Amino acid sequence: MIREVYITETNCITPIGFDVTTNIKNIIGSVSGIQLHQNSELMKTPFYASIINDEAINSAFAKISSAENYTRLEKMMILALQPIVKKSKLDERTGFILSTTKGNITALENPSSDNFQQAHLGQLAKNVADFFGFITEPIVVSNACVSGVLAVSVAKRLIQADMFDNIFIVAGDEVSEFVLSGFNSFQAMSDSPCRPYSKNRNGVTLGEATAAVLVSSNKENAKIKIIGDGSINDANHISGPSRTGEGLFRSIESALAEAKINANQIDYISAHGTATSFNDEMEAIAFNRLGLENVPVNSLKGFYGHTLGASGLLETVIGIQSVLESKLFVSLGFDEIGLSQSINIIGKNEDKNINHFLKTASGFGGCNTAVLFEKVK
Amino acid sequence: MPENKTYIQSFCKIQNNEIILDGASIFKLEPTTFSDFSKKVYQNFGINYSKFFKMDNLSKLAFLGTELLLKNKLDSEEENNIALVFANKSSSLDTDVKYQNSISDPENYFPSPAVFVYTLPNICLGEISIRHQLKSENSFFIFDAFNPVFMINYAKVLLDSKKADKVLCGWVEYYDEEYKAFLYLAAKEGNLEHKTETLLTEYNK
Amino acid sequence: MEALKQELKEKIIDILNLEDVNQEDINDNDPLFGDGLGLDSIDALELIVMLDKDYGIKLVDPKEGKAIFKSIETMAAYIKENRTK
Repeated sequence: MIREVYITETNCITPIGFDVTTNIKNIIGSVSGIQLHQNSELMKTPFYASIINDEAINSAFAKISSAENYTRLEKMMILALQPIVKKSKLDERTGFILSTTKGNITALENPSSDNFQQAHLGQLAKNVADFFGFITEPIVVSNACVSGVLAVSVAKRLIQADMFDNIFIVAGDEVSEFVLSGFNSFQAMSDSPCRPYSKNRNGVTLGEATAAVLVSSNKENAKIKIIGDGSINDANHISGPSRTGEGLFRSIESALAEAKINANQIDYISAHGTATSFNDEMEAIAFNRLGLENVPVNSLKGFYGHTLGASGLLETVIGIQSVLESKLFVSLGFDEIGLSQSINIIGKNEDKNINHFLKTASGFGGCNTAVLFEKVK
Repeated sequence: MPENKTYIQSFCKIQNNEIILDGASIFKLEPTTFSDFSKKVYQNFGINYSKFFKMDNLSKLAFLGTELLLKNKLDSEEENNIALVFANKSSSLDTDVKYQNSISDPENYFPSPAVFVYTLPNICLGEISIRHQLKSENSFFIFDAFNPVFMINYAKVLLDSKKADKVLCGWVEYYDEEYKAFLYLAAKEGNLEHKTETLLTEYNK
Repeated sequence: MEALKQELKEKIIDILNLEDVNQEDINDNDPLFGDGLGLDSIDALELIVMLDKDYGIKLVDPKEGKAIFKSIETMAAYIKENRTK
């Protein structure tokens, strides 16, 4: 008998809100976290990005702890977890997963042995876990931009393996010089706020955020049920997606087969939509191959930018609200469609009953993840 | 074979300039740099794959371990549904440090895309997938040390749910000339039971 | 321009880690991308960095790269014309 798994708590810390309610209010009001920044420590020329105000982080953190020695990212992660962990007992059946691509990478800017240790993702996980008193060994998922939603899949699988009954997940990444310069070297950064799926899209806008959820075998107070997943590699190229969307196609197929539902039962897709020429095109092809071209789809990157290791989980948290509130949110930044095959991009906020919601993500290394969710009756 | 058990079919270890496959040493060099060691392994086993030389050290380590572990084990006609579940302690720090150095001098500021792409630990899974055309489940984890309990649980879910026919579990740790790779193939059939004690014994030999 | 072409062949082999390739193997007019040397999108981006770092040329529109990097011949001609280092 395979255990059923649910998400029972959610939270997020973003430039447009330090809780889910505020984020949703701003999304409905089309308020984006993306702004023009001039910070020569991050980049020599002005750039668009979605960045959280330092003062806001520090004053929120001061309300829950007077400790001085946490990094900025650690504070962001602790803030995301705090409201949902404080209600729980952290025993040996409670797991802790941290999702990130670069963690405390800014520690490498000032070489020292302490900073080098801090740059280890295991150390980041330990610092966050110890703040709350988790007793099980932290599990870090670091799998490029699918990490956030892959973590949900991993949590579900570990609960089904009977290794845990409850697993807290926190996902996060920062906008850093390291990542900005890297995306720039790939000519992948847009010179204006990103325009997912649009004809004139020309790259990503980076962002930072943290998100947290509780994944549980306990149906009580469940917000949503996790019914299928798949994480399949394109086996094509390490930085460009498959032209046929093979890995994404198979990941969604695997999730559907496990959930025992058909593609035509999916009511809403929260896609990756980074606004690079290749990613968005690949998604359109994969969705069409599955007959999903009429399913309302959005990318939330127009609100948050691309938050890397946080994106999959943050966007899942918002997607869950779509289901709970029966609302589809506009795919902000989209103007005129620029894809070889059409998909049904959400042009404005609208009401819709959503029973099945699909979250997808793709990333460097040819990775893809798809997770299917079902409304809890 | 009882339904709920999983088994180890083969394992490969790379450490101290030596490669050990299923307990037997198949290649050994006097102490040398990893760059030299990896190149000699490539030449010795006649691996014809020029992309190898573009890889960073972590990817080379993972690639070579997998190459030797899977040698003669893959079906050339059909697709092989072998999941890749890898982990290490240092993530991509070896390359991260190199990349950071390339952006730390404002007078000599030339960020390299070829270096940047390897500043993610899961890229090695992409390299392996491309090489062996494995369109399969992939995930990369970070732990302080090789974590057999996690590997056994996660591999079992993939096998039981039939999301994979076999699971290639790998610990691939690399930082600044210090490295250790321990890879093994897990499946629903085999001679060696997939247990913590067995894994730790082989890992620590 | 002969010396520049030789220099470019050497640089490409080094920067792009083309281990099995020698300078003599690269003909001036061979296609570098696609069938020829089989370079890919990351290699193209690295060549753009090389133009800046070694020859002081900043490509305003990276899409121009396709024509410039067609062969050693086209690269050398472009660099001779536009170099500031």
